[in-house]
Amino acid sequence: MSTVVDFQKVVAVAGGFPVLAGLDIEITKGEIVHLRGSNGVGKTSFLRACAGLLQIQNGDATVLGFDLRDDRIAPRRYIGLLGHENHLYKDLWVREHLEFRAAAVGADQHDVEAALQRIGVSERLWAVPIERLSAGQRRRVAIASVLVGRPQLWLLDEPHAALDREGREVLDEILIDAASSGATVVLASHERDLSKSVTSRVVTLRGGRLWEDSGAA
Amino acid sequence: MLHEVLLIARKDLRVEWRSKVTLGQVAPMGLLVLVVFAFAFDANTRLLELGAGGLFWVAVLFGGTLLIQRAFEVETDDGNFDAFRMSTIRAPSLFLGKSLGIFIQVVLLELVLGPGIVLLYNVRIDDWLLLLAAALGGTLAFSVCGVLWGVMAAGTRVRATLLPLLLVPILAPVLLAGSRAFETAFGVRAEAGWTWASLMFVIAAVHAAVGMGTFGFLLEES
Repeated sequence: MSTVVDFQKVVAVAGGFPVLAGLDIEITKGEIVHLRGSNGVGKTSFLRACAGLLQIQNGDATVLGFDLRDDRIAPRRYIGLLGHENHLYKDLWVREHLEFRAAAVGADQHDVEAALQRIGVSERLWAVPIERLSAGQRRRVAIASVLVGRPQLWLLDEPHAALDREGREVLDEILIDAASSGATVVLASHERDLSKSVTSRVVTLRGGRLWEDSGAA
Repeated sequence: MLHEVLLIARKDLRVEWRSKVTLGQVAPMGLLVLVVFAFAFDANTRLLELGAGGLFWVAVLFGGTLLIQRAFEVETDDGNFDAFRMSTIRAPSLFLGKSLGIFIQVVLLELVLGPGIVLLYNVRIDDWLLLLAAALGGTLAFSVCGVLWGVMAAGTRVRATLLPLLLVPILAPVLLAGSRAFETAFGVRAEAGWTWASLMFVIAAVHAAVGMGTFGFLLEES
């Protein structure tokens, strides 16, 4: 199994506060890792560090074979990030937004319709401005934006937020499919049931460090 | 690279087309600025005619600053700044694409303000070529300076107030050069208008080079 994320004693600081305080974690290809922990333990910071959006101050950090201390931009083309926010251009129509995102990550435009259908965004909404969508529909469009890029590493922060039951099930299927086709998924979530149905490993953070690691379930 | 530049510019223009901020809010605001100046000068036609060039560029500065703020507000809203950084589009293309989007919007603004100063300030145009060249140089300089300084302000919480604070001193030479070139084109000043117009192209070229070289760094550090 090849290593996708390898953090050794990683320290990262945000706003003068050490959000990652010597984190050691290794994630291999095809895993679906559920990040858990209380608010402020470093889950989001870990995802952002993996995406190269948070600078590593100390330690060794490699993502998809790229040393983040040398180059934190290069791995981004293989990463799909979904944060707390949806990263949506609210004035654009759903389809326009997806087409832009697909072009921006060098994805195939033909995948746009497939991604929207897969996540269950009804065709009647494709020509509707995103600002008119409900919170759940926006979350689905945001997930479709990640899906369309066919990332090798999915970094998802509370991806189930605002989704209804059907949406959660569809998302879980997407994540399982992605992992079975060789992608790696790391998702931060407070949902306890998630670990049983989807994830292959549960990692708990505390104080910016690894606190508990279930390993392979 | 051209494909990436056009992709960004097209997206920005589409966002503006859907929201109608440029034509619906900024252009009327620019016209209001011209009207307010007319009142401030007590409708003194001679004074207004003399100062028309400068007043035009002040109105462009006000309206254009709003457009630049809007261009980066779209990127910072809903966490888009992260997606902007995560895209595979190269930083120089992002810079040029944003600049092109701003350029086209400022041109639209000027197309509204231009007839405005002719009608309100009783301006007569003696040298159309100089006027168009100065407008082109000034708009180019405004667009690239705006995007370069806009990205610096974008990552801060006080971006709404910081951007004008950064931009106005930086654009002062453009304002001065644009005013002088327009005054020559309007026939109210016998100075070398082409020299002033050329200066704006130089400012645009310098900022474009700096922007293409540093935009990636600024984007990461914002």
